[in-house]
Amino acid sequence: MPPLLETKDLRAGYGDLWVLHGVDLAVRPGGFTTLLGANGAGKTTMLRAICGMVRTSGEIVFAGERIDGRATEEIVRRGMAHVPDGRGTFLELTVEENLRLGAYTRRDRGVRPDIARMLEYFPKLQPRLRQQAGTLSGGEQQMLALARALLLRPVLLLLDEPSFGLAPLITREIFQIIGSINKRENVTVLVVEQNANLALSIADHAYLLETGRIVMEAPAAEIRRNEAIRRSYLGY
Amino acid sequence: MQGVAHQLLSGIATGGIYASMALALVMIYQTTHHVNFAQGEMATFSAYIAYTLISAGVPYWLAFITTILVSFFLGAVIERLIMRPMAGKPALASVGAFIGLLLLFNSLSGWIWGYEIKAFPTPFDGSPPFLAGVVSGHELGSFCISFAMLLLVYLFFRRTTLGLALRAAAHNPLSSRLVGIRVQRMFALGWGLAAALGAVAAMLIAPVVFLDPNMMGGVMLYAFAGALLGGINSPFGAVLGGYAVGIMENLAGAYLVGTELKLTLALAIIICVLIIKPSGLLGRAITTRV
Repeated sequence: MPPLLETKDLRAGYGDLWVLHGVDLAVRPGGFTTLLGANGAGKTTMLRAICGMVRTSGEIVFAGERIDGRATEEIVRRGMAHVPDGRGTFLELTVEENLRLGAYTRRDRGVRPDIARMLEYFPKLQPRLRQQAGTLSGGEQQMLALARALLLRPVLLLLDEPSFGLAPLITREIFQIIGSINKRENVTVLVVEQNANLALSIADHAYLLETGRIVMEAPAAEIRRNEAIRRSYLGY
Repeated sequence: MQGVAHQLLSGIATGGIYASMALALVMIYQTTHHVNFAQGEMATFSAYIAYTLISAGVPYWLAFITTILVSFFLGAVIERLIMRPMAGKPALASVGAFIGLLLLFNSLSGWIWGYEIKAFPTPFDGSPPFLAGVVSGHELGSFCISFAMLLLVYLFFRRTTLGLALRAAAHNPLSSRLVGIRVQRMFALGWGLAAALGAVAAMLIAPVVFLDPNMMGGVMLYAFAGALLGGINSPFGAVLGGYAVGIMENLAGAYLVGTELKLTLALAIIICVLIIKPSGLLGRAITTRV
């Protein structure tokens, strides 16, 4: 099966500065892929590059079509949801409006039942529907961001550090939900994470990014078993 | 007593016009974070279009609707051609563009239609069927139209998906792109709506102040005072502020300061708001992390 998402010699950066120096990455359809790396390795830039939010060179192929150089909103409309760094919540709008915006590109009648289904995944959001999204706690905001992204009915879900700023217990809960979304909703997931231990326990494939280059690629279970790799690259 | 009622009602009538202009200012402010100085001159230009159509024999209401549509289109084109290249440029670039547009539209109106004052027709001639002697037909009519329009705009923003997308794009363009909103189109739509609001306001005020290229100068000052009073980042506040300024202007003009000093009142409101509560009555204070 061809990969759902593939990058070839992808460079990306800001202004005159390249942050990624030729990244080759492939995401298998239906898979749960994680991109690990230290602070400043270029993980966030990688997701931004895929979504056309930064300057890039090289090839990006999504669902069989070149998407590099296209506008972010057009890439999103092809079925790619992205929960960005900082979660991308519309803080001034209500929780319900945030959810409705998630389904903005859809014209089908399934939006209402889908919102109800999201509230089953994330029951904590139910009593807060009319509340301003900015008043939610960090964990609730992450749940809202996930629900909003899923309402797009994406083929591919990109997540930028879902654990950021959350208590360990909530982080684990969020990752478990992402894992079950991956299986039950048949959504391919690419997640960028600093918490390597947690990401590897749920992902099936992993890439390791170091200063803008992929230094290793292997099934997640293999990396977990290999102590030398863990010690030298992941620091645990 | 009838005198006070008269001043109050005619204050509400002109307040509706200030509220429309204030809302137009706030809509542009939310996407550009600057006050569009040219809003008034653009509206005047629209009134001249209506004047030309009516002079050519087009029935009033057909001219009214046509002018709204043309103004909408013009607003969207200005966004596309002039404001879009300003994205990511320093703040002064947009301010410069706004001042440029102000001069451009002012001169264009004068060049095409001349600087002499012209009478502008109202479809609401004579006395109204009720409240006669307290309000004029034009005041009642212009109140109804501006109020209906503001209500429509409110329902559009609150009840429709497109309105929601427009608010989202103004608040958070980056996240809007990530849910698939075509942000640039939303900005163009916002400019179109603001221009249409201005066109209606100008057509309603023109029979009162008479048509000339500088007609909206005073109106803009009151609208700006209203927008600041309500909160420059709150559409609802700006509308309330516009009505409040209209009422204050009329009452103060009749009983306090006289007609000559009415415009000073607008400046006094602006200064007081900026000193006492810069975010306005309903606005939120914006803090920037540095």
